[in-house]
Amino acid sequence: MSENRGAAVRYESVQKSYDGENLVVKDLNLDIARGEFLTMLGPSGSGKTTCLMMLAGFEPATHGEIFLNDRPINNVPPHKRGIGMVFQNYALFPHMSVAENLAFPLQVRGMDKSEQQAKVKRALEMVELGTFGSRRPAQLSGGQQQRVAVARALVFDPELVLMDEPLGALDKQLREQMQYEIKHIHDNLGVTIVYVTHDQTEALTMSDRVAVFNDGVIQQLSSPDALYESPQNSFVAQFIGENNKLNGRVTAVDGSECVVEVPGGISLKADAVNISGVGSKTTLSLRPERVELQPEKEMDNMIDGKVEELIYLGDHIRVRMNVAGNREFVVKVRNRGERRQIAEGDTVKIGWAASDCKALDAVA
Amino acid sequence: MSSTSTDHMDAPSDGIMRAADGTPLKKSLARALRREKLRSFLLILPLLAFIILSFLMPIADMLFRSVENGIVKETIPQTVALLKTWDPTTGEAPGEEVFAAFHEDFVKAYKDKSHTRLGLRLNYDEPGMSGLFRKTGRKVAKMEPPYKDAFIKVDKDWGKVETWAVIKRASPVLTDGYFLSALDAKRTSNGIEMLPEKERIYLFLFKRTMILSIVITVSCLLLGYPIAYLLANLPLRTSNMLMILVLLPFWTSLLVRTSAWKVLLQQQGVINDFLVWIGVIDDANRLIMINNQTGTIIAMTHILLPFMILPLFSVMKTISPSYVRAAKSLGANDWTAFWRVYFPQSVPGIGAGAILVFILSIGYYITPELVGGTSGIFISNRIAYHISTSLNWGLAAALGTILLALVMLLFYVYDKIVGIDNVKLG
Amino acid sequence: MKLKLMLLATVAGVAFAAPAVTEELPPCDNCSDSMTIVSWGGAYSKSQLKAYHEPYQALTGITIVNDESSNEAVAKLRAMNEANNITWDLVDVEGPDAVRLCDEGLAMPINADELLAPAPDGTPASEDFGDSLISDCFIPQIVFSTTFGYRTDVAAWNGKVPTSVCDVFDLENFPGKRALEKRPKKNIEWALLCDGVAKADLYDVMATDEGIDRALAKLDTIKSDVIWWSAGADTPQLLADGEIVMGSTYNGRLFSVIEEQHQPVAMLWDYQVFDFDGWIIPAGLPEDRLNRVKHYLRFATDTQRLADQAKYISYGPARASSAPLVGKHAELGIEMAPHMPTDPANMKNILVNNIDWWADYSDDVDAKFQAWLAK
Repeated sequence: MSENRGAAVRYESVQKSYDGENLVVKDLNLDIARGEFLTMLGPSGSGKTTCLMMLAGFEPATHGEIFLNDRPINNVPPHKRGIGMVFQNYALFPHMSVAENLAFPLQVRGMDKSEQQAKVKRALEMVELGTFGSRRPAQLSGGQQQRVAVARALVFDPELVLMDEPLGALDKQLREQMQYEIKHIHDNLGVTIVYVTHDQTEALTMSDRVAVFNDGVIQQLSSPDALYESPQNSFVAQFIGENNKLNGRVTAVDGSECVVEVPGGISLKADAVNISGVGSKTTLSLRPERVELQPEKEMDNMIDGKVEELIYLGDHIRVRMNVAGNREFVVKVRNRGERRQIAEGDTVKIGWAASDCKALDAVA
Repeated sequence: MSSTSTDHMDAPSDGIMRAADGTPLKKSLARALRREKLRSFLLILPLLAFIILSFLMPIADMLFRSVENGIVKETIPQTVALLKTWDPTTGEAPGEEVFAAFHEDFVKAYKDKSHTRLGLRLNYDEPGMSGLFRKTGRKVAKMEPPYKDAFIKVDKDWGKVETWAVIKRASPVLTDGYFLSALDAKRTSNGIEMLPEKERIYLFLFKRTMILSIVITVSCLLLGYPIAYLLANLPLRTSNMLMILVLLPFWTSLLVRTSAWKVLLQQQGVINDFLVWIGVIDDANRLIMINNQTGTIIAMTHILLPFMILPLFSVMKTISPSYVRAAKSLGANDWTAFWRVYFPQSVPGIGAGAILVFILSIGYYITPELVGGTSGIFISNRIAYHISTSLNWGLAAALGTILLALVMLLFYVYDKIVGIDNVKLG
Repeated sequence: MKLKLMLLATVAGVAFAAPAVTEELPPCDNCSDSMTIVSWGGAYSKSQLKAYHEPYQALTGITIVNDESSNEAVAKLRAMNEANNITWDLVDVEGPDAVRLCDEGLAMPINADELLAPAPDGTPASEDFGDSLISDCFIPQIVFSTTFGYRTDVAAWNGKVPTSVCDVFDLENFPGKRALEKRPKKNIEWALLCDGVAKADLYDVMATDEGIDRALAKLDTIKSDVIWWSAGADTPQLLADGEIVMGSTYNGRLFSVIEEQHQPVAMLWDYQVFDFDGWIIPAGLPEDRLNRVKHYLRFATDTQRLADQAKYISYGPARASSAPLVGKHAELGIEMAPHMPTDPANMKNILVNNIDWWADYSDDVDAKFQAWLAK
């Protein structure tokens, strides 16, 4: 991302350490545009929540500066940052009614009563809980509590809303529904949302851009499709979606393409994304659905594989194979209704396009 | 399921649900649950028996003792019967008939030595009665009629109307005398009267006990709240260490603690020495911090602090830090976040801690006795005195009953104001 | 009497004067072979152990169980009586408690001449014990006194030392804090004596409301300089710490502060108040246990045994005939006689507690006294 004056949020060389020995966040630089929905995605301990807490003001940065609308906020206490926040377990005040919860940020801002009531009413209607104002949070279902939490974070019209794994406590079906609701709210209100999750589906469904965190570093920052289609390194390739990997050595490089020799002496053509040159080790990354089983026409890469296991999944069939020594190689075959003549133990031909196979940094 | 039973279930002709064998479903269910219930009852039976024997019965006994007064009628039954027709307002001592009956009663009482017991009982109402009965007891066997003169010869008090009025007033098998004493009042021939101002003590002590207990509770709260907060928000290892410090007073013996307070608080003690040394006070005006109310408050606050901290801690432990964070993110400053969001959620802990500390402190007597001097003693010190020294168990029971009633009243008030369900011990 | 913290340690293994009465100890028919004796604990119990229990056990081979519950003996005896389960055989109590227990029917009345041995010269026990037989149920052991100790190094006194109990009430010549017991007994007497009441009229004056008011008024003059104690150990400690300049306590405690701890403290024997401490037998003992108690008592209260006890503790034997036999302290090796409250030099001015009067009036006066204290 280029130097972007006017970004809603900017992290500049931010570092964070809790114990003075290990960096939890290593030299973070990140611009978030106004109105953007940005997701920080990563496994637990990757530093994503710490980045969010530093932005909210609950954790001080050890080094570097965070800007909010070009204003440095390192020394601004949380309550003066004007950032709405939705917490993992909602943090609805249990001793207040839903309406009181929503009125709280308005009260502390000294808004007059009638205006408060109007705003609370509108916020409740926005999350379709118009009649629940007098209930206590404990009397609501998980999904309803979640909506109240969202409403509360938005009721005082913040420009920036932070969400820390807000859907983590919901069951799968409700989670999917809420993803769309949050996305709609974002589209309607045009607020900037920074969203933290470890769930890649959530990240891919909702975000404008996703920052994939690992080990305190942003591994890749791009739109959801780019993240899936063109991972920049092996971590991203494996973290996002399903992925077959084949370890090998680069034998030739030709512009954006390269040739990689994998175990069994097989040479494969691949997209040279992240390699250090001829002779270096690399890991090939290949999505299961891009592999053709018994291809009818010639493809860039064609090799033999032994079928180890067949799993029927309705819309598709998973075929687990032994390919070039990798026994976890998976091929997804669309279920087109025709009966395929393969059985466990068969050796069949498979093939894929060189552009679908990314040569990335080597992993063990 | 057979079709007949389905009929029973689906179409009860008399509106009663029936089980397969035709018995009403409710009865059937009750029978099925009976074993279960019996089992649960047997499980709690030992505790129930224990509570009845060790708690409810002693309390019932105490309540009864505070009004029980059978001794007069049992010891001198004929005299009590005859005194019913005697009217003290005539200003005349009872006649020979009463004295004769009294003699007969007294001789019997002397044989089993119960006359001195009666004397002790009447002594509560009128000092000197105990001596009078003891003295008379030694001579009663050798008395010759007319008995009135014989008694008056032993002690002229027997000729006084007031002596007999005391016996008559003490005759009923139930008495309000102990309760009146406990409220600084007394039944005289003119009805119920308050004692002279300078002899009143119990009402004063009840009031002081209440006030000091409130002061102790409040100081425990003020000191305990920040500590509980700190403990609840520290990493487990550190908070466990600190918890041991909090619990330390529990594990030291009373004598060690008392000596420590004396060393610290007395006028030649460590604190005074230090204050003199740094020049805050001069040598002639050393602070008096022990053997008075200050001593009681300091010592009791020290002892009872854990009872405040533990419930507070266990409640605060359950208050997620995200609430305060949420409040701050919503625009509340530190104080507002604490006062509007954290504090209300800690109220159940405050309630539990305050009730514990308050109830414990109104019943304490050893600590006030040791460090309270004269201005720091509690009503319980007088109860202990009447139990173990004066043996006036009736008065002790009356005082205890009043104390119990006060505690229950406070519970009631607390329930009305805060709500008893708003108390959390962990 | 709270003697249990008496610091007078006794030395184990001190050669004990072998009782010369071995062959005189009569056999005990139908006697239980163990008994539970209740006392105050501490140094006082130890003195009884050395002087009474050990020689008696050596002679008879029975078991003596020691219970240190004398502090609450009265209340416990009443509870045992109500439960009809007397587990104690012999209880050490103060005189006033003995009177009360006797009045309550909780202690057994005794005939002193029948139960107790006569003096070596044949004087009957009732005469030998004399005034100490304050109740029909009481078997006296020792005379102890409540008296004052004062610090000898008080600069503000300009070299003067208190010589009279009335100096306690003299804040002008003897400024400083003083300790008095948190009970009316003795304080009322001293106050009235120092307010000009004659010793002979004392208890008559006290029997009137005006008399008590007068005593309290006298105490009012020093009230703000008094620390009130409730445990006998308080005054010695306060004296040693310099918290007070003078204070009342039991003479044995002061003996320990002066002779063992060598504190700058001296005794003021003037108007020491005599009290007795001794045994009572709980009422309603079964016959075999009662026989054992009687057998023990005849031995443990004879002239020699009472004199022996004074080797271990500075309280005077209750028998007149024991006084000449009092020797040296078993550990310190000092003559005990001059430290006895009964020593003629210490007895120039004494007061004997009127136990009957206090039995009648203590509740009433105590209530007034506590009300006065509290305000």
